[in-house]
Amino acid sequence: MRRLLAALLLWLGGGRRRRREREEEKERIVEPAPKAPRAELVVVALLLCAAAAAVAFIVFYAIDGLRGQTQWFGLALGGSFAFLGAALILWGRELVPVEEIEEDYPEREHPEEQEAVERIVHESGTRITRKRLLTAAATAAGGAIGLAALTPAVSLGPVFDTGSLYSTPWRRNRRLVDEDGNPLRVDDIDEGTFYTAFPEGASQDTIGAPLVVVRIPAGEMALPADRADWAVEGIVAYSKVCTHAGCAISLYRKPLFPPTAPRPALVCPCHYSTFDPARAGKVLFGPAGRALPQLPLRADRRGVLRAAGNFSGPVGPSWSGVRRKGARS
Amino acid sequence: MIRRAIGVVDSRSGAAPFLTKLLRYVFPDHWSFLLGEVALYAFIVLVATGVYLTLFFEPSLSNTVYHGSYAPLRGMEMSEAYRSVVDISFDVRAGLLIRQTHHWAANVFVAAIVLHLLRIFFTGAFRKPREGTYLIGLLMLMVVLPEGYLGYSMVDDLLSGMGLAIGYAVAESVPFVGGNLALLVWGDPYPGHAAFESRMYITHVFILPAVIGTLIAAHLTLVASRHHTQFKRTKRQSERKLLGLPTFPGQAPRSLGLMSCVAAVLFLLGGLVQINPIWQWGPYQVAQSTNGAQPDWYLGWLIGALRLVPGFDLRIGDYTLVPNPFWGGALFPLLIFVILGIYPWLERRLTGDRGYHNVLDRPRDAPGRTAFGAALLSWILVVFFAGSMDRAVVTFGLSYAAQVWIYRAALVVLPPLVFLVVRRICRELQRSEEVEEDQHRAEAEARAARA
Repeated sequence: MRRLLAALLLWLGGGRRRRREREEEKERIVEPAPKAPRAELVVVALLLCAAAAAVAFIVFYAIDGLRGQTQWFGLALGGSFAFLGAALILWGRELVPVEEIEEDYPEREHPEEQEAVERIVHESGTRITRKRLLTAAATAAGGAIGLAALTPAVSLGPVFDTGSLYSTPWRRNRRLVDEDGNPLRVDDIDEGTFYTAFPEGASQDTIGAPLVVVRIPAGEMALPADRADWAVEGIVAYSKVCTHAGCAISLYRKPLFPPTAPRPALVCPCHYSTFDPARAGKVLFGPAGRALPQLPLRADRRGVLRAAGNFSGPVGPSWSGVRRKGARS
Repeated sequence: MIRRAIGVVDSRSGAAPFLTKLLRYVFPDHWSFLLGEVALYAFIVLVATGVYLTLFFEPSLSNTVYHGSYAPLRGMEMSEAYRSVVDISFDVRAGLLIRQTHHWAANVFVAAIVLHLLRIFFTGAFRKPREGTYLIGLLMLMVVLPEGYLGYSMVDDLLSGMGLAIGYAVAESVPFVGGNLALLVWGDPYPGHAAFESRMYITHVFILPAVIGTLIAAHLTLVASRHHTQFKRTKRQSERKLLGLPTFPGQAPRSLGLMSCVAAVLFLLGGLVQINPIWQWGPYQVAQSTNGAQPDWYLGWLIGALRLVPGFDLRIGDYTLVPNPFWGGALFPLLIFVILGIYPWLERRLTGDRGYHNVLDRPRDAPGRTAFGAALLSWILVVFFAGSMDRAVVTFGLSYAAQVWIYRAALVVLPPLVFLVVRRICRELQRSEEVEEDQHRAEAEARAARA
């Protein structure tokens, strides 16, 4: 055993000596630089710190119910990388030869090879007599195959039928319900706030479903004549989805001091399009390009709010090609 | 040992000559050259953390009821996608660290790309023979923006839903094909087909990362084949001669050190600084939205643009040709990218300089370019800050409507002003340098005459 160890040591030592001899024979490629034992020690210390922080991460991971575990994780893992980074940067500055070497930029162009490529292409085509016809046929093949490859993409959606964009779940006599399915009654609707309503028995998660319902104070209602009977006791309903970019309208501006404050308004929090609920959803401010679609209302004998038809126009953001005709059920 | 390993590799691949070249490839030394590297290392962190997240995320919109450890959401209906991200945040150990690190890395990634682009632009590094490298870089930025957007959109929290609604409106607003395009991508009228979630998922975790990876490879190949540009700091440097550190041993430890530092910053942010606490936003429903919502920073310019456009749809009679979101959400970013994309050729035409450039300009050495870049940047920044108008209302009590008009005015006034001022500064800096040089020369002559 001892002899084996001695032999191993001799072999290792010998190898090092031989290598040193070889290095001295040849001219160096990497410039020589002085040794830096102090920096070496600092690098060692930093690397050990990195290892310690990494171990700390594993320890933190193993502890059940550690308070602020994510923070400890971040400190340990981030700290570990920080120590490693510091060690590497110090290594790069102090422990390797810092050389400034020159190099020629690569040749800008290769005229001979350029010419060769041109000739190869040219000479390869000398058997061809009907160049244009071949080009046209190849283009036709390539184009048709490309088109065929794209065709299955049509299955992604009803791409040629934008009619579905007009449809909403609202139709005459459908009851207005709240989020939990309880019918909205005329008496439930107070002034100065807004209510979100949905069509009874339909999905709430479509763009055509949600309504914003408000009660306009007496004397402030200014609906156009043809919509005079669309309100019930001052209650009006509009699509809750902004006609600008499709966000839900979830702000209601209520004047605290009416003589100086601006009119009550429905506001979208995405880009602050502002609509006037007393004037058929007219745009008061912001980037929206058209009024909020209004839903005609009526009340049944029990005082429950019902739709008296579909919206006055397409709901949701405008799309290119949309016409301002009414929405479809 | 080393010799034997090289021998094994070289005899199988013939890589030794390539390896010696690679090890002695020259990196010019300037801090600003590290910005691209920061982006690269942020991308590596993104891939690593992102792969981990895919092991837990469920890209599905089917309904479920939450029973996890975050009490305020218990019993609430939500999609599997949102539930799985809440679980990653609370019930997967180290899940929140990785999720937040991933999100921070995305923000840093885009920031590093943008700063790198500014460096390239203002030093003229895009000039011949590097136009291709520049265009690939721009293309990467164009891909990275939707990549980040999809990343936070597929979580299906309230904020992602609001972002998707806006994305849908922008898609719908493309002239002539908008409605068809939106239906094609979403599969159904908004909020779309259930499969839309899978579409976002595959695009975010595979298609776009693969595109970005490929573009990175092409970008770096082109950089290496034409070698780095350099600032002229010494007389030994020229258009034909490059001066700097070799890859090995000089650059490698520094660059790896930078990689570690980027990882360190990202994990520290991920562990210590909260980002996108989705459990506070709640699950998304079409009928809900919240005030004060802000996208990630790199989409701030688009929300600003959407807010500043005056309220009109372009209509012909009853037919809406261009709905409003098109101007701010699609045309504006397209315009910026087109301007940036054609700029190298624009400058070539304007200056008549068709030469080959390996030596960089200092910004002052090209007053026209610097002034143009600064003006364009100021234009984008005005729109960017307009994206935070609603925060300014809350924080500073400024009127929103007044801000809109101030920003619109700034859009017209600021860029020309910035152009003139910056050009003037550049010229003055150049002149003061000439004066200094004259002075040194005169002093030297005087000294020579005395001696």
